[in-house]
Amino acid sequence: MSAAEEVVTEAPAVEAVPKRAMTLGLGTSLLVLAALVIAPLFVKNFIIFQMTMLLIYGLAVLALNILTGGSGQFSLGQSAFYAVGAYTSAILMEHVGMNYALTLPIAGLICFGFGFLFGQPALRLSGVYLALATFALATAMPQLLKLGFFEHWTGGVQGLVVTKPDAPFGLPMSQDMWLYYFTLVITIGIYIASVNLLRSRSGRAFMAIRDNEIAASAMGVDVALYKTLAFGVSAGVTGVAGGLGAIAVQFVAPDSYTIVLAISLFLGMVVGGVGWLPGSIVGSAFIIFVPNIAEGISKGLSGAVFGVLLFLVIFLVPHGARQVAMVAQHMLGKLKKN
Amino acid sequence: MELFTNQVLAGIATGAIYACMALAVVMIYQAIDHLNFAQGEMAMFSTFISWQLMQWGIPYWWAFLATLIISFAGGIVIERLLFKPLAKAPVLTNVAGFIALYGIINSVAGLIWDFTIKQYPTPFGSSPFLGSQLISTHQAGMIGVTVLLLIALYLFFQFTRIGLAMRAAAALPESARLVGINTSWMIALGWGMASAIGAIAGILIAPVVFLEPNMMLGVLLYGFAAAVLGGLTSPLGAVIGGFLVGIFENLAGTYIPGVGNELKLPIALALIITVLVFKPAGLLGRPIVKRV
Repeated sequence: MSAAEEVVTEAPAVEAVPKRAMTLGLGTSLLVLAALVIAPLFVKNFIIFQMTMLLIYGLAVLALNILTGGSGQFSLGQSAFYAVGAYTSAILMEHVGMNYALTLPIAGLICFGFGFLFGQPALRLSGVYLALATFALATAMPQLLKLGFFEHWTGGVQGLVVTKPDAPFGLPMSQDMWLYYFTLVITIGIYIASVNLLRSRSGRAFMAIRDNEIAASAMGVDVALYKTLAFGVSAGVTGVAGGLGAIAVQFVAPDSYTIVLAISLFLGMVVGGVGWLPGSIVGSAFIIFVPNIAEGISKGLSGAVFGVLLFLVIFLVPHGARQVAMVAQHMLGKLKKN
Repeated sequence: MELFTNQVLAGIATGAIYACMALAVVMIYQAIDHLNFAQGEMAMFSTFISWQLMQWGIPYWWAFLATLIISFAGGIVIERLLFKPLAKAPVLTNVAGFIALYGIINSVAGLIWDFTIKQYPTPFGSSPFLGSQLISTHQAGMIGVTVLLLIALYLFFQFTRIGLAMRAAAALPESARLVGINTSWMIALGWGMASAIGAIAGILIAPVVFLEPNMMLGVLLYGFAAAVLGGLTSPLGAVIGGFLVGIFENLAGTYIPGVGNELKLPIALALIITVLVFKPAGLLGRPIVKRV
């Protein structure tokens, strides 16, 4: 029996996304940005908090998008990196007394290292196996955080309470609003950096690996290096998101970072459109608001409603928000011509 | 020493369940090259159906048989309706589909039968097996059923035309299609069988973990670990892997200090990663060579 598999004929792990289709046009980007800047001035504090979470999860989905949409690797374990980032920020703020803004780059760096190291064994895995290994990581993480050995630092099952920062320089805005703008600035920075990363030499190497690993290595791409690098970058961005999340929620505990979070982030990416970076924010909105809507439709059946919605997305718009955006753009183009 | 034998035997008994679950996982993996993350929920739902049948007064073994048939049909229906259209879709879409299925089944089961824990009967009784204190008759029954199941599957795949056709469709789909095998229906059949095998696993473990909508999550993870350890392409490997994981879990819980119940899960997962890193094809799996 032949054990060889034709790589060319099998379905690719991730559909190839052309580089140009990964971002929005300049005009649309500015429009979205303006909406994000102005919106909080007109809404209540709780909604501002939800918008902050929208940006934070958007960052985490973006990180996964770099990994999956960029380099074609799976991860069902993003919650583990998110947890490490959150705990790093919380511990630095509460035990060391560091300024909250300074903890974020440290959280990012630590997660980069963690992701880079985890990427080493992950190198030998592909597709379903990688999904399984990262799934394992996500399931194990809450248990590891509860270990008595780290309890002095992590607070064990109880978790840690984080103080919310005030607006600096006596700016006349609420804590929530300040945190929103702070998050917005970081999100935009990371978004621009990610777009540039995917347009760079490294980004092209990621995509070559995604489309055909063997061909990429034949072209001289260092597959091992770039695969682990993609893991590291993705984990680093997720870590920053985790740190921001800890500051916004003011609390970290092991059970906030279960496999459910990892699955949510994964679904966010699928809904937003794999490999389409602006879709991350749409996906983030899906995972924040749709469970609430599902619960509103039927309390007992929220899981089922969520599942059915997800199937609808898979069958009707398999490319997620990217597909919707493309269709909208196409129709606008037609309208202009008439 | 007695503690050791005791733990090994208990490990074999729980391992039997992991073996069943791993068999179901391998069946679907063989057919469509995907890990079914909703396998445990499908098994849980089947177990609830058998419980409901018994509540209506149907005797145990008739309920067992009816459940197998319903699960088999249910597996085929799920494949035809939801996953056949996704056959050419990327892996990622399929994983999302499995997660959606997971959510739907879990929540529907919770709605119909609510989340309270229910007792589940065993036909084997729970007295000591053959007068020995080491394992109970139910545990012995679990091992017996698993072994019988494995033998039946072996005979089916080796000596029936349809078993041969299923193997052909799994190994080389294109060539199988050329010699006139309806590969699409072979996949549906694989789903049906996996669903029925999962039902057996659920019915066997329900007396131990009790019946509730979330009962299978831990079992499914160990089933994955077992399938990976034994090799995702080998049913025999899956069963051996199941027994090994069961024994390993029990021994680690007993002898490694600090590994109480709370660390059992991470240990199974560490096992998955270790196997994947050092022997990705598993103990009995067939290594895949890639050609461009």
